[in-house]
Amino acid sequence: MAANTAQAKTQFGYRRHPDQERSGANVAEYPVVVVGAGPVGLSLAIDLAQRGQRVVLLDDADRIGEGSRAICFSKRSLEFWDRLGVGDRMVEKGVVWSVGKIFHGASQLYQFNLLPEEGHKRPAFINLQQFYAEAYLVDRVEQLPEIDLRWRNKVIALESRNDGVALTIATPEGAYQVHASFVVACDGARSSLRQMVGADFAGQVFEDQFLIADVKMTAAFPTERWFWFDPPFHAGRSALLHKQPDDIWRIDLQLNPDADPVAEKQPENVRPRIERMLGHDKFEFEWISLYKFQCRRMAKFIHGRVIFAGDSAHQVSPFGARGANSGLEDAENLAWKLDRVLRRLSPEGLLETYHIERSAAADENIRESTRSTDFMAPVTRQEARLREAVLSLAKDTEFGKRMVNGGRLSVPSVYDTPLSSGDRDSWRGGPRPGASMLDAPVTEQGGGSSYLTDVFIRQGTRFTLLEFGNGAAVDVPDGVGTIRVGGEGGLVDAQGLAGKRYDAEPGTAYLLRPDGYVAARFRNAARPTLDAALARAAGLN
Amino acid sequence: MALSTSSNFAKPDDAFRAIVEAHRGLTEAQSADLDAALVLVLANHIGDLDVLREAITLAKRRTLDASQQQQQQQQ
Repeated sequence: MAANTAQAKTQFGYRRHPDQERSGANVAEYPVVVVGAGPVGLSLAIDLAQRGQRVVLLDDADRIGEGSRAICFSKRSLEFWDRLGVGDRMVEKGVVWSVGKIFHGASQLYQFNLLPEEGHKRPAFINLQQFYAEAYLVDRVEQLPEIDLRWRNKVIALESRNDGVALTIATPEGAYQVHASFVVACDGARSSLRQMVGADFAGQVFEDQFLIADVKMTAAFPTERWFWFDPPFHAGRSALLHKQPDDIWRIDLQLNPDADPVAEKQPENVRPRIERMLGHDKFEFEWISLYKFQCRRMAKFIHGRVIFAGDSAHQVSPFGARGANSGLEDAENLAWKLDRVLRRLSPEGLLETYHIERSAAADENIRESTRSTDFMAPVTRQEARLREAVLSLAKDTEFGKRMVNGGRLSVPSVYDTPLSSGDRDSWRGGPRPGASMLDAPVTEQGGGSSYLTDVFIRQGTRFTLLEFGNGAAVDVPDGVGTIRVGGEGGLVDAQGLAGKRYDAEPGTAYLLRPDGYVAARFRNAARPTLDAALARAAGLN
Repeated sequence: MALSTSSNFAKPDDAFRAIVEAHRGLTEAQSADLDAALVLVLANHIGDLDVLREAITLAKRRTLDASQQQQQQQQ
């Protein structure tokens, strides 16, 4: 794996911090301590820092982990990373894809395109090894003086207090304490903070074993997601092939429930199977591991002043790219709320909507990925029979194709949330309150081309009114951004896609939250209605 | 109740016969395969999840009744 690590800095040093000299009443106090410098913790820290918060970010290791972990990052995640200033680097390195193909036996059943329309800044997905994503995020962290990233700092004790949390942190030079108003635990599926608060992590364990191999080869396969049911090279089971950067290919093979994990992992046993799959032996192994999947979540994502995000709060099977992407959605959902609460602009109750929105999203992700896993590994004989019936009907019928479940890929959840103001006007389309904003190409007054998502970032990712021009601009409260499409001085919707995607008429306006979700929408945004929607979206009533 | 349980065929015997004949000459396993495919085709044709759920409840009640009767006979 030396070739990979040479391209991105992955090894970091422990450094003694002055906080380690402090004790007793003199212990350092911080608004936020984030535990775990994976994609979720790093992204959350950056978002908070960009909002002006000081963040201490702790990680118990001193290096970025290698091997096969998350590889698919969604359009929504890329839009979030654009806001954090790392989107371009991710997309430049990543393998862009939007087409998936499903095979049954030797023949193709159908193909799907996850982003069939033009006019979006970001693709449906990129594939990128998780260590690249983490390395780019760490580079960004190092540009932000607000973040204090401490490697080889392991939280070993946690004491909840009324106004915060006292953490005891072990380092190579002994333990020390810090106090935090809020702690966010992004410390992964085996979260030690989850154990420290005594929370359960209930759910379902799947008996089927899957073998994941990353192989290096130069091959002419297209950059698509290929999924097989009962392929000739792996009879009776399923298989997945996916391209990553650096000529690395991810192969995922379903094994029998009773397969011997030690024997199955041996390269000499894996090699013949993959030779049959690829039709040649010109590849090298980068990584082989065996997985059993679990789908589970915490009952409550918030325990006093300790908040859980990412895999520490919820775990899904990997079919659907719903692990890392949902963790990143947690981070973007939490960052603006935590910032407002720390600034006392909103009451602490706003954080409860993080739990409401993201636990519902976790339930949706668990439901989707459980269905995919069940379809791939039917539990009973009759379930297998129904699965076979779907696969055979899929050859000739559209409904059969749509029932085949080789993974339903991550899309942003639509939140049913107390922060939304329900529609009062009539709409034929467009994102409803609780849905994330849609991208569309726009032309700036100077003639430069841009996208709505980029214009939103330039408004400072705060509450923003997206207006579709109609004479005078809407009177907005202080601190609220505005994006004007059409009308005098507004962005030009040359292709008409912005208007179409937002079901816009002259006077239509969407109130966007700081995370880019729709809080309310109006055919005519009168000031009192707008004020009420803003107060609601900020958790003020 | 969204599920129609009144008689919808002009000639119910023809419908029953059509299904029975489809199974003639099949093994148990082949019959089960046929039923699985037929259920999926018909469910899609109905295209209404509420109707489907009511149909499942009705069909399942019959199965449960039958298994209860069987247990009583064994006692």
